[in-house]
Amino acid sequence: MKKTSRVITVIVFIFLYVPIFILALASFNTGADMAVFKGFTFNRYAELFKDAALLELLRNSAIIAVLSTIVATILGTCAAMGITKLGKKMRSAIMTVTNIPMTNPDIVTGVSLALMFAFAGTMLRLNSILGIWTLLIAHVTFNLPYVILNVLPRLHQMDPNLTDAALDLGCTPVQAFFKVTIHEIMPGIIAGALMSFTMSLDDFVISYFVTGAGFVTLPVEIYNYTKKPIHPKVFALFTLMFIIILILMIVMNIIQSKTDRSKGKRFSKAGGVL
Amino acid sequence: MKRKWMTAPYIIWMLLFTIIPLCIVLYFAFTDSVTGAFTFQNITGMADYAPIFLRSIWLSVIATVICLIIGYPVAYAISTCKPRTQKLLQLLIMLPMCLSFLLRTLAWVALLEDTGIINNLLTSIGLQPLPLIRNSGAMVLGMVYNYLPYMILPLYTAISKINPRLIEAAEDLGCNKRKVFSKVVLPLSLPGITSGITMVFVPAVSTFYISQKLGSPGTILVGDIIESQFKGAYNPNLGAAMSLVLMILIFICIGISNHFTKSDNEEEQLI
Repeated sequence: MKKTSRVITVIVFIFLYVPIFILALASFNTGADMAVFKGFTFNRYAELFKDAALLELLRNSAIIAVLSTIVATILGTCAAMGITKLGKKMRSAIMTVTNIPMTNPDIVTGVSLALMFAFAGTMLRLNSILGIWTLLIAHVTFNLPYVILNVLPRLHQMDPNLTDAALDLGCTPVQAFFKVTIHEIMPGIIAGALMSFTMSLDDFVISYFVTGAGFVTLPVEIYNYTKKPIHPKVFALFTLMFIIILILMIVMNIIQSKTDRSKGKRFSKAGGVL
Repeated sequence: MKRKWMTAPYIIWMLLFTIIPLCIVLYFAFTDSVTGAFTFQNITGMADYAPIFLRSIWLSVIATVICLIIGYPVAYAISTCKPRTQKLLQLLIMLPMCLSFLLRTLAWVALLEDTGIINNLLTSIGLQPLPLIRNSGAMVLGMVYNYLPYMILPLYTAISKINPRLIEAAEDLGCNKRKVFSKVVLPLSLPGITSGITMVFVPAVSTFYISQKLGSPGTILVGDIIESQFKGAYNPNLGAAMSLVLMILIFICIGISNHFTKSDNEEEQLI
């Protein structure tokens, strides 16, 4: 059984990476047809960096991803802190609401927000309020559950005596949070923020429904591109993003395994003392 | 310390941007598109779309089952590797999720087209080209390709949490390999199976891009119709009614799958 599952694993990895390989190959192709490789060129990358419109879209996506991650991380961490102190009924009610954006299909979330923004627009007597703000609100909304679900387990694992000790030793609650609690729950906050950032950077479906003509993100515009024959410089952008994400992941993996190792040492020392 | 109040901004946010929007969907689903009067017509009109709903559910159930069948051995194989390799393989599963799914689906179009890469290969070795695109099979392939990582990751998390001593204990108590799997590994990985099924089925049943690129006009899905109500033929009332029915259907489907994957033994979940 072990052998068959290894074989399946290899096949699955090939299956997952063949399309990515084809897109990368297309970025070096002199012809525009992905299916036929005519000749090798770096021109697509030069064209990409000359295309101000495409780079602006990338900038828009980055702005939305960074802002929505910051807002969702702060709001979500605060909420998680409060949720642990709530009564059972209230807590389960809030967790049910938290799960709504996770289990609802993206298209329904997008449609419901679009309808609400249209409604708010008519209330405010504006033609269309769709733009950077509506996009930001939508992204924060779907990022919040990821932050909360990552931070909550850390808060539960944390020894409540640590906060009490800080308070007894004269910290104000705010000081206790910044000196003690935040360090204990940091891995959860980072994981939640990273998930939010990638989700928001790559989101197409929800953005597609709440975006206005004034402020468009990269995935939404890529959708418009794919309706007509697509220019290969988009593949160059894809390949660059693939390489950047790959490097980021490897670096994070190395950092993480290093901190894990030093933490392991610290714990074994503490165990020795005790 | 009044930490309770820290949830207040979050509750207000969710009220404004999750609960109220869903109420507005409800409102639109039950009002007439022209007069704005209360009506059941949008909902009763859904009967015309029954075949499309059925096709969406059917294709995404197939895709979910395929994901589970090929995802499980992969998750299992990853969990048997050395810890460092596990981390690396996990990242390699996550990597495609971070890249534009639109472009990756487009790559499948290039592979499957009538004059695409696979058919070019087939004709170059003297075989007949195959009709690989614009059919249900291509759509299921697109779903499996896009959502397989969402199945593998929760499965891997669940399997890697299983205490290896439980497996040793089962072996010591005389279970053969198959029994160890069916009595220990499988029941303990049920939470992963449940969340994997949800994470594949929900986006698959509501997709509209995959069907636009890999399907044909004869194989449109619910997502296509909802999208066209908001982006093409503007009829938000019909679109809202459809979203509402889709939500209810997903709720039922997830309920059924949870019923089947529920642990029979409550104690198992405590471990």
